[in-house]
This record gives sequence, structure tokens and C-alpha cells, in this order.
Amino acid sequence: MTRAATWRTLLLLGAVAALEALCLAGVIDRITMQPPHKILIDLWRLLASGSLNRAIAKTLGNAAAAFAVAMALGVASGLVIHRFRRLRDTLDPLFATYYAIPVFAFYPLLIVLFGLGDAPQIFIGAMLGVVAVIVNTLNGLDRVPRVLLKTARVNRLSPLQTALQVTLPCAAPFILTGAKLAVAYSLIGIIGAEFIMSNGGMGYEISFAYTNFDNATMYPLIVLILLVSITINIVIARWEKRILARRGLA
Amino acid sequence: MSRFITGPFRNALTLLVGLLVLWQALYWVVGDVALRSPLQTAAFMGRFMTSPQFLPHLAETGRAFGLALVLAVAIGLSIGFSLGLNRFMSDVFEPVLVAVYSIPKITLYPILLLAFGLGISAKVAFGAIHGIIPIALFTMAAVRSVRKVYLKTGRVLRLPPTEAILRIVLPAAMPEIFAGLRIGFSLTLIGTLLGEMFASQRGLGFLLMNAIGLHNVDLIMGLTVLLAGFAGVASAVLLSLNKRLQART
Repeated sequence: MTRAATWRTLLLLGAVAALEALCLAGVIDRITMQPPHKILIDLWRLLASGSLNRAIAKTLGNAAAAFAVAMALGVASGLVIHRFRRLRDTLDPLFATYYAIPVFAFYPLLIVLFGLGDAPQIFIGAMLGVVAVIVNTLNGLDRVPRVLLKTARVNRLSPLQTALQVTLPCAAPFILTGAKLAVAYSLIGIIGAEFIMSNGGMGYEISFAYTNFDNATMYPLIVLILLVSITINIVIARWEKRILARRGLA
Repeated sequence: MSRFITGPFRNALTLLVGLLVLWQALYWVVGDVALRSPLQTAAFMGRFMTSPQFLPHLAETGRAFGLALVLAVAIGLSIGFSLGLNRFMSDVFEPVLVAVYSIPKITLYPILLLAFGLGISAKVAFGAIHGIIPIALFTMAAVRSVRKVYLKTGRVLRLPPTEAILRIVLPAAMPEIFAGLRIGFSLTLIGTLLGEMFASQRGLGFLLMNAIGLHNVDLIMGLTVLLAGFAGVASAVLLSLNKRLQART
């Protein structure tokens, strides 16, 4: 471990210890926050009892669905948009300002359109992720060497074959960057939507526990979501680094 | 030069017309149950925005957003500068900031609500948290990449640290810092609205959630378009300022 990483670990542990001390000393009252050791015990109890399994499965399942939609739609749109210069110029201002727009503001509208089920949540998650995938796909396609495209033409590959066998594999590292963002965005979208209004899932359970002042359930769930999303992000970041290193890009 | 002005302008116009056409087509398909046409929405918003019940909510959201933005900029810049000027400190804290940047921050909102109570301060805190991290990350990277020669010149001229920051680091890192501020602006707005949508008694986000309960499709459409439009226009303006700033250096 490097010196910075050691310090980081120590500081984080120190922060948790300080929180523990403040909670036990009663500076932070029990209605506001639970001491960290109790959160961990509660988390273990909740996970062992299995009462959360359905909520966890629902949230992760919806996030996976949103991610799949964002990837499929994003890569396909990227391929199409890349071919039409004019279309790309027109859509550029949209891509540039897209992440400034509060996508969650569309959630009520989506509930009216699709009803209160999984569909509007998956829609929000996919909506958040798809533009990151499109932008990174375009970025990757821009960097495909011309000579490879010429080779494809010489070998008389059809446009679909060219896409599948030449351009997409060549742009893969950039698309992976988009995928990394799409994973984070689909989780954010699903959990955010569950928070605002829904009938199940981890976000829903947190907001339900919050309205019931049930801190013994709320804090473990918050910690669980944070652990899950941070773990997923770290795993993908490692994977991305390996692929980039193999291509000599990092 | 003329191409530079007409090109982006024409693109934005095409995009706007395209979106309106798409919206109208969608309305024809879905119908009155769940959607309103662009014209109906505009007419409704014209009426609603002049009605007395709109202004207090707008003022509440505006105040929460303004306060959150001031806090996010002040705290984000100070974190960014203090970490950016110290290589070791930035190595220690950067991964933590990146991790916090990528988590669904809405999960932290109940904690803020318990700490601040159900009022404007929880919303302000939540909006500020969204904005602080990108501003801090961008500022840190910007300050770290200021050329060492500049700083050495400052030291040779014996500038005190505050002068060195104000006269050397800030101007040199400005374009990148501004990019962070632009993203911070958008995320603070998103955070403030998200907070209002989850638990709040006033504000545009509250109005939006309330409209679902009342099945007031006019209001949902109108507010969604208003918020998305405001965010889009503000971001486009900041983006063009950012580009001009980058072109100058």
C-alpha cells in the first residue's frame, strides 16, 4: 500500500471512530443517527433474515435492465449517428447540455404514461445512461484508423459485418468507459426513482423506513446501497484499467 | 466568423424544432389521457405562471437553489484549492471524492432530513453536496496542472500566498475551474429539485409531485418543460462562456 492509501484508510477509520464516539456520548442523538457498530449489526441481521432479498433483487434486476437498454440503444444510436454528419451536428447541443437537465423531473410524466411499476424506473435509468454511451461510442468510432475501414471495404464486408468485426471491437475501450458511466447512472436512476415514488426496491424500503422513523432499518440499508454501488464502480474501474493497459492507452 | 455564429445556432434551432415535432407526434399517439400538446402546455403555463400560487413556489426553489449554489461554489473551491496545492493531500482525498461522486446521493437525503429537519436547510444542504464534489474535483485538477514556472515566478517575486493564488493560480486555472462550476451549477439544481421531490412542503419539485396525486397532467407537463428548459438554456449559456474562456488562453 502506498503512503497516501495508508493515510486515506486511517482517516476514514478515524472518521468512523469519531462518529461512533459522538453517537455513544450522546452528542448525536439516537433519532438522528445510529452508532456505526449498531448499523453493522443491524445490517447483518437484516441480510440474514432474508426479508430484504426481494427488494435487493428488484433493484439490481431493474438496474441491470436499464443498463442493458442503455447499452443496446446507445451503441446502436452511436453507430447510426456516426454515419450522418448533419444529424450529429444537430444532436451535439443536446448531448452537451443533457446532463444538466434534471431527468428525474420527467419521472412523474413517465408514471402517468406507463403506470406505477418497473417500466418508468427502467426508463429513467436507461435515459440517464444512454447519452453517456452514445457520446463515448462516437468518441471511439472517431478513433478507428482509416486503414482498417479501407481493409473492410477491400474485403467487401457489409456495413453490419464492418460494424461487428472492425469498428466496434476497435472502439471497445471507449465504449467500456461509456458502460462504466451507464452502470453508475442506471443505479442512480433506479434508486432515485424508487425513492421518489414506487412500490418496492431498496430505495423504497429506505424511504418507507424514513417515514416510520425506523432508523434500525434505514441506516443499514443506506450503508448497503453505498457498499454495493462503490463495489460495482471499483470492479469496473479495475477492469477498464486492465483493458486500456492491454491496448497501450493508459 | 459568420459560420461560427450560424452553425451552432442553426443546429440548436433544428434540434428544438425536431423535439417539438417529436412531442406533437407523441401526443397524437398517446392522446389526452397522459399528455398535452406543445401548444396546450404553452397556453397552460402562460396562465399558470401569472397565477398567484406559482410565485411562492418559484421563490422557494430559487432561494434554496441560490443558497445551495453559493455554498457549493465556496466549499468546492476551497476544497479544490487546498487539495490542488498539496500533491500528497490530493492523492489521499481524490479517490474518496471520486467514490462519493459516483454513488446515488439520494440515499443520503434521509440522513440530512433527520439532521436538518424538514425545511429549506435540508434542501440547501442536499443541493450543495451535489455541487461541491465536481467543483472540488475540477478545481483540484486545474490547480495541479498550473505550470510550475508560474508558481516559481511568484515565489521569486515574493508574493504572499493569497496574492499568489489570486494573481497566478486562479487566472491560470480559470477555464478548467469554470468547467467545474458549470457542472456544479447543473448538479446543484438537480440536487435541489430531487430533494424537493422526495420530501418537501413547498417549491417546484413539491408542486410536481403533488400534481401526480391530483393527476394534473397540464401541471406535470408544464413544470417538466419549464425545469428542463431552464436547465438546458442555462447550461448552454455557461457552455458557450466556457468555450470563449478556453479560446482566450
